[in-house]
Amino acid sequence: MGQKIDPDLWSDGPEPHLMGGKLPSGEIVFPMPVGDAATDVEPYKLSRRGKLWSWTSQGFLPKEPYIGPGSAPGEGPPDFQPFLLGYVELPGEVIVESRIVDARLEDLHLGMELEFCVVPFNAEYDTFAFRPATSAESKAA
Amino acid sequence: MSENVYIIGAGIHPFGRTDGRSGREQGVYAVREALGDAGLDWPDIECAYGGSAAAGAADIMVNELGLTSLPFTNVANGCATGGSALAASQQAIASGMYDLALAVGFDKHPRGAFNAKPSEYGLPEWYGQTGMMLTTQFFALKIQRYMQLHGITRTTLGRVAEKAFRNGTITPHAWRRSPVDLETILNAPMINDPLTKYMFCAPAEGAVALILASEKKMKELGADGVKIRSIAVKTRPPDSFEVFQAGVSIKEGGKPTVLASKAAFEKAGIGPEDIGVAQLQDTESGAEIMHMAENGFCKDGDQEEWLANGWTEIRGGKLPVNTDGGCLACGEPIGASGLRQVYENVQQLRQRGGERQVQDKDGKGPRFGYSHVYGAPGLSAVAILERT
Repeated sequence: MGQKIDPDLWSDGPEPHLMGGKLPSGEIVFPMPVGDAATDVEPYKLSRRGKLWSWTSQGFLPKEPYIGPGSAPGEGPPDFQPFLLGYVELPGEVIVESRIVDARLEDLHLGMELEFCVVPFNAEYDTFAFRPATSAESKAA
Repeated sequence: MSENVYIIGAGIHPFGRTDGRSGREQGVYAVREALGDAGLDWPDIECAYGGSAAAGAADIMVNELGLTSLPFTNVANGCATGGSALAASQQAIASGMYDLALAVGFDKHPRGAFNAKPSEYGLPEWYGQTGMMLTTQFFALKIQRYMQLHGITRTTLGRVAEKAFRNGTITPHAWRRSPVDLETILNAPMINDPLTKYMFCAPAEGAVALILASEKKMKELGADGVKIRSIAVKTRPPDSFEVFQAGVSIKEGGKPTVLASKAAFEKAGIGPEDIGVAQLQDTESGAEIMHMAENGFCKDGDQEEWLANGWTEIRGGKLPVNTDGGCLACGEPIGASGLRQVYENVQQLRQRGGERQVQDKDGKGPRFGYSHVYGAPGLSAVAILERT
């Protein structure tokens, strides 16, 4: 496992959660605000399960500040690994933007059940993602 | 608002790539074109508003145009730079303080997709580092969901791009001047699913200048003016879904485009059915489709029928949309893009559209022209012009 790309982005432990914030109004936001904007906002562990709200593919190497495959010195577009991403609706909480892993573009559909996971990002860092929920956990959910 | 305000001069520097000419030099070129069009000289201009996103400050243009001591306000408002410059010049005249004002926008961007710094948008670094802070992704994510909910097909996305390139072939200021067929558009490399290479506009270069006048001044000059019927600029309301958002509210919020459109129609005292030609933000094919509905021209999902029947075409369309090829054929120099839409409507309303002129029933060209620009971080500007 690499380092977390942001130390406060998800909780530690065997069942990590993405960290959001709970506003005084009760509204849940993501990510957890920082600085003055965090005043009166309680850190809030977001649900590990959600439903696909929309999705797309990233087919070209992003420019800076992207630091993933293809961006290191001496690397370029051939080293880039296209990826899937989308918005995941965490019921009753908030819709979060995330990488989608362990799925093919043609399998993605609205409302698809997804679960949170931590995945390797580059030589140094891990990042978060959502992947299709396993059927066992679906029953438990 | 007290005074009626008119656009009496319009100038453009062709969009695309112009090596050896800076963005600001393209701006100066457009100002001179606009002055010539209005039959004015630079010392006649009483105040100016303008800017660019990536090509420097506008007020330095006085070095080339002349040191006339006029107040020149730099506008830095992202994608709404042109729209905000236009709104400010309109207000300057409507207030009665000035009789002649300039609105100018120009830009020159490096090749490839725009890259934005997370901190400048109040976002955490990881959002950019992990490759999620791309405007192209937002548009793909927005149209993907829209297509699922409202039955829009990939063919319809392709038809929007096909129309843009076809209109570009007959537009002297456009960048892309060659037609691209539907098959090629649909089978081109995928940028962000469902959007292929030909469905996205590209950052580019270009400049637009507009000269605004009070009614009294226009009559005095005997100028060919187009009336600004209304302008509305709106930023995002609560719970909206906009470009660069790591988290979106589960409540379905309002949209800045819907707000700007309603406000502009209300101020103008007319409705979508009165518009004869429209320039709608088409950062990519899906944006034009969604903006047709957000601006009130059709219901969600009806775009399928509109595009299949050619209802947004210059010839035979009930509402020609993006008659100069829009951002798809002209590219997007941020500071100039919103003013290009207004420039195109000015040309259409003055019946100077040449091969791309829209013909209304009375043979006089359209009476009302509508323009709509949208950009980061969630703002829209709408202008309604009238031939009088």
